[in-house]
Amino acid sequence: MASTTGHEITVNGTPCALDGTDPSTTTLDWLRDRGLTGAKEGCAEGECGACSIMVARPDGAEGTQWTAINACLVPVAALDGQEVVTSEGLGRPDALHPVQREMAVRGGSQCGYCTPGFICSMAAEYYRAGRCATSPGADAAGDGDRPPSPDASHNGDRPAASDREAREHQDAAHEHGPNGFDLHALSGNLCRCTGYRPIRDAAYALGEPASDDPFAARLSTEPPAASATRMDGSTGTYARPGDLAEALALLGEHPDAVLVAGSTDWGVEVNIRGARTPFAIGIDRLPELRTLEIGEDSVEIGAALSLSEVERGLGGRIPLLHQMFPQFASRLIRNGATIGGNLGTGSPIGDTPPALLALEAVVVLASPDGEREVPLADYFTGYRQTVKRPDELIRAVRIPLPLSEVTAFHKIAKRRFDDISSVAVGFALDLRDGVVVKARIGLGGVAATPIRAFATEAALEGRPWSTDVVREAADVMRAEGTPMDDHRASAAYRSATLGTALRKLHAETATPQEVGA
Amino acid sequence: MSALSQRPANPVVGQEIPHEAAALHVTGDALYTDDLAVRTHGILHAHPVQAPHAHARITRLDTSPALAVPGVVRVLTVDDVPGVNDAGVKHDEPLFPSEVMFYGHAVCWVLGETLEAARLGSLAVEVDYDPLPSLVTVHEAIEAESFQGGQPHMERGDIEAGFEGAAHVFSGEFEFAGQEHFYLETHCSIALVDENGQIFIQSSTQHPTETQDIVAHVLGLASNAVTVQCLRMGGGFGGKEMQPHGYAAIAALGATLTGRPVRLRLTRTQDMTMSGKRHGFHAGWRVAFDDNGVLQALDATLTSDGGWSLDLSEPVLARALCHIDNTYWIPNIRVNGRIAKTHKTSQTAFRGFGGPQGMLVIEDILGRCAPLLGIDPIDLRRRNFYVEGQDTPYGQPVRHPERSGICWDQVLSTGEVLARRAEIAAYNASHEHSKRALAMTPVKFGISFNFTSFNQAGALVHVYKDGSVLITHGGTEMGQGLHTKMLQVAATSLGVPLSVVRLAPTRTDKVPNTSATAASSGADLNGGAVKNACEQIVERLRPLREDPANAGLDWAALVNKAYFSRIQLWAAGFYKTEGLHWDSSIMHGSPFKYFSYGVAASEVEVDGFTGAYRLRRVDIVHDVGDSLSPLVDIGQIEGAFVQGAGWLTLEDLRWDESDRPSRGRLATQAASTYKLPSFSEMPEVFNVALLERAHEDGAVYGSKAVGEPPLMLAFSVREALREAAAAFGPTGTSVDLASPATPEAVYWAVEEARGGAEPPHMTAMVEGAPGVVPDQPHADAAPLQPRSERATQSASVGT
Repeated sequence: MASTTGHEITVNGTPCALDGTDPSTTTLDWLRDRGLTGAKEGCAEGECGACSIMVARPDGAEGTQWTAINACLVPVAALDGQEVVTSEGLGRPDALHPVQREMAVRGGSQCGYCTPGFICSMAAEYYRAGRCATSPGADAAGDGDRPPSPDASHNGDRPAASDREAREHQDAAHEHGPNGFDLHALSGNLCRCTGYRPIRDAAYALGEPASDDPFAARLSTEPPAASATRMDGSTGTYARPGDLAEALALLGEHPDAVLVAGSTDWGVEVNIRGARTPFAIGIDRLPELRTLEIGEDSVEIGAALSLSEVERGLGGRIPLLHQMFPQFASRLIRNGATIGGNLGTGSPIGDTPPALLALEAVVVLASPDGEREVPLADYFTGYRQTVKRPDELIRAVRIPLPLSEVTAFHKIAKRRFDDISSVAVGFALDLRDGVVVKARIGLGGVAATPIRAFATEAALEGRPWSTDVVREAADVMRAEGTPMDDHRASAAYRSATLGTALRKLHAETATPQEVGA
Repeated sequence: MSALSQRPANPVVGQEIPHEAAALHVTGDALYTDDLAVRTHGILHAHPVQAPHAHARITRLDTSPALAVPGVVRVLTVDDVPGVNDAGVKHDEPLFPSEVMFYGHAVCWVLGETLEAARLGSLAVEVDYDPLPSLVTVHEAIEAESFQGGQPHMERGDIEAGFEGAAHVFSGEFEFAGQEHFYLETHCSIALVDENGQIFIQSSTQHPTETQDIVAHVLGLASNAVTVQCLRMGGGFGGKEMQPHGYAAIAALGATLTGRPVRLRLTRTQDMTMSGKRHGFHAGWRVAFDDNGVLQALDATLTSDGGWSLDLSEPVLARALCHIDNTYWIPNIRVNGRIAKTHKTSQTAFRGFGGPQGMLVIEDILGRCAPLLGIDPIDLRRRNFYVEGQDTPYGQPVRHPERSGICWDQVLSTGEVLARRAEIAAYNASHEHSKRALAMTPVKFGISFNFTSFNQAGALVHVYKDGSVLITHGGTEMGQGLHTKMLQVAATSLGVPLSVVRLAPTRTDKVPNTSATAASSGADLNGGAVKNACEQIVERLRPLREDPANAGLDWAALVNKAYFSRIQLWAAGFYKTEGLHWDSSIMHGSPFKYFSYGVAASEVEVDGFTGAYRLRRVDIVHDVGDSLSPLVDIGQIEGAFVQGAGWLTLEDLRWDESDRPSRGRLATQAASTYKLPSFSEMPEVFNVALLERAHEDGAVYGSKAVGEPPLMLAFSVREALREAAAAFGPTGTSVDLASPATPEAVYWAVEEARGGAEPPHMTAMVEGAPGVVPDQPHADAAPLQPRSERATQSASVGT
């Protein structure tokens, strides 16, 4: 019955058979059941990072990138044939890894429960290609994971022209170490004891990997291929098809199958809400869903690229998305989560829809009959409902070019790193001679679906980008959607921040002379 | 200098060393209770059946469908309890309830071969409920006069005279939220039956002795049949002082009935929906100042939201009353306290233990009144500090009051406060949509358990023939570095290098009758006991050491010789804090050995469009006496500060207060909805200094406790947010700020300052209305503690 023979994962350099494992078992539980109890369960929903491990993933070229993920979310079956490293594998108490040593001697651990997860997240960033070449000043050159600000001054001598630029410079300074360490690498790890300062100090003290470092050496060779697999267990099946056609055929056979990419949403359903499925189709490694094409007329982003891969691949070419990425959950989540997944769940509070709505993105849906394209504005039909048919999957999103010149992503949340938005707004405006010739505004968190702020767009288009017009349009925007009260925010606050978002954009983009105009 | 506080030459205490388990933490080798499950053969897994009502009577419970689920081994119900059906010490917390008292209350527990089997089994259990009316908010409880426990009253001076002659009188109300502990490791116990009916429990507990007591009374066993061990905890913060006992008892009951080891580990959601939290409070107050802003009188009534059972609510409330003065001399004062009984989790200890709640009231008052008095908040606070010779409202002389001023001046200077305030004023003048502010607040926190009897500790020190040393003490390690400090104390007392000393896990069969590792007292109490044990051994070795024939013998050789000379090489140590007395019936005495002092300055920047803010810089000077372990102490200060800032600004417990069927449900029951501080909330610049020349004569090696006091330094963040919000309005604007001061709350404060929308959450503060008197207790209301303390004492006798 259970055909799990022949499946294995390389853990800390040792191949480990998956025989007898139920495919729905999380990677975390599987590791812990094997006695590797360094990774911990702190929340079981990818919010705390105590379960962080490193996986060998493609680096976009020929090599490997050590990629930290939440082991609590990913079914172990999805890692069949893959290579993972845990805190135990990085070093031993009498032979600490450099990351472990810095954390230990600087007081980076108190209770120690979150620590193995921090170690893995920190080690992944330690090994990030080009990290040491990145410094806060060099960040604007766009060679790091963090995007350059599209309109920011690249000249350090020139004073920042706007509050937003000043803020971005401030972020860059505080969130990057002198060693190029990007603090966002730890945005998905929570510590309840230290207050983070010693952990930041440890991260910023890291040097370059030694020349004989085996984990660094691994980077120059290819990661394991994502070959097709199928594991049947007592409660269900996990199948990873080899290509899109096979995936669509499987979906035809199992119309109720759950499509799983990074499992950052499905993993929460499984762990927190007890969801189970008889059939899961892993689509995260499908080659047809992992393309990134930057053309003359559009940018097409594969639905199963992780957000981190998209971020790296775009290299700042779409400023609106680059402003969104660091605000989308955490690095640990972005290393798994995909745009396809964020659209596939149909959630009204996903962070990509407001941005993609402003960019007038088109969803490319694939079925056995071929492909069709749906403007994102027409894609959502109701709460967690979309036009996507059961036999379809999202292959890509396409963003038309050229891009609008004024873009921004505003996210209202309680916490700056890794929070779900109360309200999210994507802006894309074209100005000509001080007049708004085109306005596209996407909103999240204020209705049953992500929506376009059509009334506000109309109130702006054809009118000057002036304080008075903005104030008028902001009043229109305040009334967009149908916000509600919940534990994240009151309806009144949601409306209020809708009302201020446009004014904030105006204040941050206008030159000082225009402010007084 | 006392013998207790005196350090020998070249002591190991005071050295800056990493946490004793740091190398195990970073490699994942450190074991926590649940890590033992995979190492325990044949273990069963426990899963609760949680009630979906805030308040209901259980009319039918049918466990048989669960038994039909494959892998389910047994369902534990009240019928299985051989001893007392109670998870606490006050006999108001039935382990298996017949009446559901809060949404998520565990009705029974399913044991399965796998956790999945137990989970599916719990879904199959059939329970019928008869829903009953519920009280979910503290307001509802006050209106219904639903209170529990004693009602303490603390008074000094002539309250009415204090108000009559005063130049300024204000009154108001303030309601502020509790806090979820969110230790990264949820509650966990593993129980197994040794031979001969002996129960062995591994538990993530701050109070192994009480875990042992509760397990013994549930099982109907004597305490000598139950052993509890705690390897370490993945955080405790007070949440594992009282709360682990019932879970340990369930595991022990399961192990007893099945003969197999049982693991009970709560998921995060179970932990958040079942275990107690920091108490939220309601405060009604009136205050009087003279023309110079000097406090003349304070009249306040504090109502804590205790949840469904008493738990530690009485001592928490007592500490709140004892800290409403913070560092301020209030000549005429009357404070009443009471505990609301609501249909929520039973609120419990949380770092600070009521102290933060009491102090928040006075800091909120000062922050709200300063603009109305026209006095800079920094001056207003400073001019009300205690001076030598003054007593607290409960009659304890304030020793070393000058340390508040010393810390204050040092922060003013090293924090460049005046220069930065000038920069902030310039920034605010040139920025319409963004404002900054810098606020300073002090802390004075009393150290010792309010209840005198708990201030005792034991230790066991073994010196083996080869000279190696093994120490055990009654305290538990939850990340606070207690074990690190105890190793340093032992090495110092014995005069040996740290490498010679090893520490064994906390176990009730090594050191009995311990107090909770709580009240910041772990190092004071257990350090005293370890030192005492070591000194006994040193004393016995003295004749050998002083014998010229042994000159030149190293430690190992000396010890070896002592063994052959038939000298006892191990000792049990004991310590009790001297000089404490407390009468809780009149809230009077000297319950604290000493006070810890500290001062923080915090600078924030608030975005006027959204209320979002950043913590730009924090400067702290804190008094830890002569530090036992500076790296540990700095870590405690920073961590406590950020945790306090989390409570005051971010962490937002929301309960369903509607009349829907989900009434009483905790809406923020996961890490995705209850947000802790993350990297984005740590201060961008964070300077922490230990107060120098701060020797404390009354504690081990001149040190002071550190666990709780720095949490309250975070008031400076809240006050800075208030002042930044006020900066959006005209000079002299006084703003209400909800607690927690989330971006939304700050936004409403900004709106209030701008003269816009009224914040929806607050009740107005009234000026010049001396007639507004906070609620006073009924004449027949019982005073605080004696009854519950008697209950505590009798419960620990065991039966």
